[in-house]
Amino acid sequence: MSKSNPSAPKRLALISSKGTLDWAYPPFILASAAGAMGWEVGVFFTFYGLTLLKPELTAAVSPLGNPAMPMKMPFGPEAFQNINWSMPNLLMANVPGFEGVATSLMKQTFKNKGVATIEELRDVCLDLDVRLIGCQMTMDVFGFSKEDFIPQAEIGGAATFLEFAADADVQLFI
Amino acid sequence: METLEVIKEDRVLDCSGMLCPMPIVNTTKAMKELQPGQILKMVSTDAGSPPDIEAWSRQTGNELLLSTTEGNAFVFFLKKS
Repeated sequence: MSKSNPSAPKRLALISSKGTLDWAYPPFILASAAGAMGWEVGVFFTFYGLTLLKPELTAAVSPLGNPAMPMKMPFGPEAFQNINWSMPNLLMANVPGFEGVATSLMKQTFKNKGVATIEELRDVCLDLDVRLIGCQMTMDVFGFSKEDFIPQAEIGGAATFLEFAADADVQLFI
Repeated sequence: METLEVIKEDRVLDCSGMLCPMPIVNTTKAMKELQPGQILKMVSTDAGSPPDIEAWSRQTGNELLLSTTEGNAFVFFLKKS
């Protein structure tokens, strides 16, 4: 089907539905890359993705029930850093503070490798005029109001996303 | 040896140490400050940059004049459209 305005720039429509550190990266990376290529971008934040609109980002990661996630140590010799530590679920579930440790290890590893933080990527998105849209229904469910989010966040519902996505060249659910 | 055509850049942008998507994000920012016809030399150590800069060039219409390497770094000459 042809777009309603053939001369419009390319468009990316994303749904961000997960609020963990590992799943926060894909929408912000794709949105900033598309924005850098001059595309129109809209990201619709729903369910746990809503927390990515808060001014202070607290995204964490859990290797629990996430068996493919490699644990990397962000210090020591390179060969040591490249080891994939596999942690039995039983151990992770029983060690208090394990998720905090896993989160700081991932953040430090990303930083060492030169990956931007989620905060930096979100700022880039805002600089590139990416539209960040919070889902009203899940805001109601989880008790968020517009004031809980960064001031640039817009609010919308399913129809808002669908109208934007209908004219998009790429649509992804993350 | 034949003398190679020399490309003279108007600005250099060093993205060494950065990973996706920051090299193309910073390239976009740097390009905004150039005039049409001016040339940006971008240096990156991200192995994803050669295909990404090619795609960025096709998508934005800014011509990729040369994609090469200097030591361990990838070097791109981009002309603002």
